[in-house]
Amino acid sequence: MSKAMLSGNEAIARGFYEAGGTFAAAYPGTPSTEILENIGTYAEIKAQWAPNEKVALEVSAGAALGGVRSLAAMKHVGLNVAADPFFSLSYQGVNAGIVIISADDPAMHSSQNEQDNRWFAKAAKVAMLEPSDSQEAKDFVVLGLKLSEEFDTPVLLRTTTRINHSKSIVNFGERVEIDRKKYVKNFSKNVLLPMNARKKHVLVEERLQKLMDYGYDCPFNRVEWGDRTIGIITSGISYQYAREAFPNASFLKLGLTNPLPFKLIEDFSSRVDRVFIIEELDPFLEEQIAAKGIKVSGKDKIPIMGELNTDIVTASFSDNGSKATNEMKKKPLPPRAPVLCPGCSHRGIFYVMKKLRLTVTGDIGCYTLAAIPPLETMDTCLCMGASIGYAHGIEKATDDELKGKLVGVIGDSTFLHSGITGLIDLVYNQGKTKICILDNHITAMTGHQEHPGTGLTLRREPTNSVDLEEICRAAGVKRVVRVDPYKIDETLAVFKEELAVEEPSVIIADAPCIIRARKRFSEPYYVDAETCIKCGMCHRVGCPAIEKDENGKTKINPLFCIGCDICRQVCKPGAIRKPEK
Amino acid sequence: MSNIDINAHNNVTSVLLCGVGGQGVLVASDILIDVAMNSGYDVKKSEVHGMAQRGGSVVSQVRFGDKIYSPLIGQGSADILLAFEKMETLRYLEYLKNDGIIIYNDQQITPLSVYFSDIEYPENILEQCKQKSQHVTSLDAIHVAENLGNPRVLNSIMLGALSNHLSFDKETWLDVVSRRVPKKTIDINRNAFSEGRKLSH
Repeated sequence: MSKAMLSGNEAIARGFYEAGGTFAAAYPGTPSTEILENIGTYAEIKAQWAPNEKVALEVSAGAALGGVRSLAAMKHVGLNVAADPFFSLSYQGVNAGIVIISADDPAMHSSQNEQDNRWFAKAAKVAMLEPSDSQEAKDFVVLGLKLSEEFDTPVLLRTTTRINHSKSIVNFGERVEIDRKKYVKNFSKNVLLPMNARKKHVLVEERLQKLMDYGYDCPFNRVEWGDRTIGIITSGISYQYAREAFPNASFLKLGLTNPLPFKLIEDFSSRVDRVFIIEELDPFLEEQIAAKGIKVSGKDKIPIMGELNTDIVTASFSDNGSKATNEMKKKPLPPRAPVLCPGCSHRGIFYVMKKLRLTVTGDIGCYTLAAIPPLETMDTCLCMGASIGYAHGIEKATDDELKGKLVGVIGDSTFLHSGITGLIDLVYNQGKTKICILDNHITAMTGHQEHPGTGLTLRREPTNSVDLEEICRAAGVKRVVRVDPYKIDETLAVFKEELAVEEPSVIIADAPCIIRARKRFSEPYYVDAETCIKCGMCHRVGCPAIEKDENGKTKINPLFCIGCDICRQVCKPGAIRKPEK
Repeated sequence: MSNIDINAHNNVTSVLLCGVGGQGVLVASDILIDVAMNSGYDVKKSEVHGMAQRGGSVVSQVRFGDKIYSPLIGQGSADILLAFEKMETLRYLEYLKNDGIIIYNDQQITPLSVYFSDIEYPENILEQCKQKSQHVTSLDAIHVAENLGNPRVLNSIMLGALSNHLSFDKETWLDVVSRRVPKKTIDINRNAFSEGRKLSH
């Protein structure tokens, strides 16, 4: 197969394969998840899930130091977690090359924020590449690993959702096998004691200058001459929109965007009448270019929030001067947001917490969907692992006001990612808050990936499975209780008992994700219409299998229902029935 | 039946596919882009993942022509709107160019939000579509799929209906369908595609 339609993620994986890449690690995170999943399909590459992005980057950096080309992938907020090794790796440099993928998410298709991670490259003083389509996503990995080795720098490959998840034509190449570089002890390079680090900083600054000179004439940056009245400087997916909005303009398309090739930018700008900077999110290019004294138009016209598209770019520069927004017109249609699946094991737990009118600090995963109607049982969601710290902090601040009314909720993968330290802190600092771990034995929301608690590696090899209960006890929690989240009354009783006790406890809701287990509890349930009093209680558990018939009575859709029994348990009149056999 | 003039407006043809997570919208768009690529065009598509199990709204935007830059279809630019669920047709109607082609599967999947808000599931979908274009076809594709024995071949039926409005070879379509569906379902999907072609002609 010499060419195919590939997503940016598939293309990145393919590029890593062709470049002789040998080691990759990641933690799942939309829109980056498929990068490691695809890398895992190449037998020549060692690919593994890490419990979080910091570990993923440390292991990949170790592999690069050990002498093989390596890669770490993460979503934008994942780089926040990996920031510590990221910044210091800039000082250490590399042995074999390393490429770090930051998959940003303008418009927050599935993220808590739309931070612009280009600033990370600038702050850490590393080389950064921004591909504009899938072919470049592949090529930039190959070229980026060479760049990493040639300039002794980690390379940040920064993408956005429309690069990661859009598909375009990619031409394939052959894999080159690279000999492993020797590992040689190098105290002054690899041990960042102040005496060494001070000297490394000098090298970092020199490296930036060399990269800046290199950028003047390199395969990543190119000028496309057209009409000289307008010169557009752009990068990433924004290039595509700008190209369609201004088909006749001249373009400086940047692929190496840190450090910026200022000489090239100045040359280009001097040869056009007006310079437009077309970039999504922050004025990353604009601020640096304007600081050189070049007169530009950018965020005075282009929105700083949300993603761009051709229409927005066109409208931004239109003569009526109005600043375009990407507010979609309000539609009078019922929203169709994602919901918890029929039979989801989270439904029962949140129903119980709702019944008890608890203040719930939440976290990131499928269970975050419990925050929206009808369950609406989550007060906070900040970042990975924050639920535990938030609960503890709120408890300390409110003294007894929320005694017995506060619980922090976290998933199994999230707990292993960054919840353990929060739990240690809670016990160590004499908190009393209850924590509920939703253990569905998988990293679900991102598409069902294995993690250190599932007992399987990325490639489904059996391996050690972390015992969550033991971790809680080792942290000093004496009360660790398991519940079956499909049994509402029992779960309710456990919550009441634990909430009444003034010491920390962990309630583990233990049931595998229904999609993963491919399980059906029973044949679809049904409703006896005569008994149904239309009280609406069943609808409040938010199951997509529960509908209404023409008379407003509850009707269960047999295509969706898997017989989890939650709705039957909440139906007081007993109209919802389990089929006989 | 109107055929798309590939030479119209800068040589780009845009097809927007939409529906509900789990209906096979993205698999259908993967087939479409392979057909376009194998027919010699430059192609791009964009989509947002993750709705398959969770019943969310799914949209995939496909553009093909001599040279494609943006993977996104601008408002009022889509030549064809192919909707797998009828309300979703309305959600993306503003992407359709005036008098563009609308093909929708006449199936209702009620979103949960209907039970918790005052917004009702729209009644007059066909009428609203006709305000935008005279080229509207409503298909009973889901029942055809059920009659063939598997509701999951809905997406092949929809592609069959779509194929009548694009100038790709039928054999190219069937070849890609065969390569993209699970081996055991190749025959039923090929049948479904042909049934779809008969439905909208």
